[in-house]
Amino acid sequence: MKRAGVVALNTFREAVRDRVLYNLLLFALVMMAASIIAGQISIGIEETVIITLGLSAISLIGLLIAIFIGVGLVSKEMDKRTLYALLAKPVRRWEFLLGKFGGLALTLALNVAAMGVGLFLALVYVKPVFERGDLTVLIAVYFIWLKLALVVALALLFSCFTTPLLAILFTTGIYIVGLYVQELRNMPMQVMSPGMTLFTKWLSYLLPNFENFNIMAMAAHSRQVPGALIAQNTLYAAIYCTMVLTGAILVFSRRNLK
Amino acid sequence: MSAPAIETENLSKEYPHGFLNLKKRTSLERLSMQVEEGEIFGFIGPNGAGKSTTIKLLMRLIFPTAGSARILGKPISDIEMHRDVGYLPEQPYFYDYLTAAELLDYFARIHDLSAAQRKERVQTTLKKVGLETAGKIQLRKYSKGMLQRVGMAQAILHDPQLVILDEPMSGLDPVGRREARDIILDLRREGKTVMFSTHILSDAEMLCDRVGVIVGGKLRGVGTPGQLVDVTTQGMEILFELAGPCTAPLLAKATRTGDRYRLQVPETGLYDAIEQLRAAGAKILAVARVRATLEEFFMNLVEADRAQAAAVEVSGK
Repeated sequence: MKRAGVVALNTFREAVRDRVLYNLLLFALVMMAASIIAGQISIGIEETVIITLGLSAISLIGLLIAIFIGVGLVSKEMDKRTLYALLAKPVRRWEFLLGKFGGLALTLALNVAAMGVGLFLALVYVKPVFERGDLTVLIAVYFIWLKLALVVALALLFSCFTTPLLAILFTTGIYIVGLYVQELRNMPMQVMSPGMTLFTKWLSYLLPNFENFNIMAMAAHSRQVPGALIAQNTLYAAIYCTMVLTGAILVFSRRNLK
Repeated sequence: MSAPAIETENLSKEYPHGFLNLKKRTSLERLSMQVEEGEIFGFIGPNGAGKSTTIKLLMRLIFPTAGSARILGKPISDIEMHRDVGYLPEQPYFYDYLTAAELLDYFARIHDLSAAQRKERVQTTLKKVGLETAGKIQLRKYSKGMLQRVGMAQAILHDPQLVILDEPMSGLDPVGRREARDIILDLRREGKTVMFSTHILSDAEMLCDRVGVIVGGKLRGVGTPGQLVDVTTQGMEILFELAGPCTAPLLAKATRTGDRYRLQVPETGLYDAIEQLRAAGAKILAVARVRATLEEFFMNLVEADRAQAAAVEVSGK
């Protein structure tokens, strides 16, 4: 497990030294500035506009990092063969995968936190006095990070058995479908065959429910988030990540390197 | 008696290919061999012969279709085996955002070395491979030869008992090749076992206690370079000069290089040939035995393998 930590820290160092990451952060700051300007032209609802735009920007940029860097975590190492020297050392394949996941999750945590601070400063700019409900923004940022960790796990799983391009498509596809899991559950079952009904029901529980992590509306209206929801989402993300990473480990442990 | 450093038994590797992966291509066929402790073992063969496949199987980068292998007495599935093994991949490439010192420190952490050990080992190893002044430069600025040296450094960083090097001389200039050879010889002096693959036969002849020749995924011979090539004399070579015009019939068989001629004759006809040349006014400069080289042995195997493959292809049609 200690070796997974060593791999994670190196993955984090790679992301920090990667200039693409800084460009995305710069983009985030531009988005924050844009949200302030948009807020100024939205009379009476500046706070709502800033929070909605800010959280959307954090989510979008985080997703780009999670999908593109997440897919490259393993595939890049295999393509460039940097993996060979490492796996010939006393490191197990699951330690390598866990380290890679942990490193990017840590990178995302810092990025999301940095972008969260940017959003917070934008809010301070338009609303000097804070209420307790305004803390919901921070919980919304935390939920975005949970969602991104889940996306990284999926990207890692797909990159273990398919090409980077397909892994990006699969991860993006699952993410998009995962936003509409609730709609899938609420589909009018009476118009479908019993087999289709059962399939849809199972599929809706099998797919990750990304909409669980979206509390943008609550944050925009400064509504407090129940503690149970925080615990439930944390547990859901942890269990789902564990399941997906276990699948990735099972695939990768049997994979022949080129 | 201690266990061999490397022991394989019927180690085989097949890759699926073709439509729906229904066909199988054999990369390695029932390889059984041993590398003894403390020796330098050369694994030689042409490109695509199965050298890298064997090494990757030993390092668990790929998995065998059949057979088994043990390293330092432990099955290769035992992760602890890797503590005492150093490995240089073919055409190595490393994290280019790191400096050589950072990369070695990273690998030293993987080997659980303490901070003091890491500092000491990184400096010593960089010096050993001639990179002590380039240790703080990012690897993306390194040449191919320098990367090869970094690869060698990470393989010996943790003072392993067995070092497996996949084409260690590849991409190196003459100075680099000499230094790589010196490192390999140093390892033997320290009592380590070295197995390296190469298609540069002079390196194998110069360094190896024993060599294994692999062609077409099959091991074709194992032994000392002298055992593998025929130790009996292949004939005699006479080196001579001519003072003036010569009409001796033997001259037609000689090869001219500048003012000198070389003539190969069977051992039994040596004295007769010398007498003929002397009678024709030739000045005999030297007479030497002609022995087959490892290269000739190797090329014979490769040609036989190609001929067999062609025959199979024709019969398949």
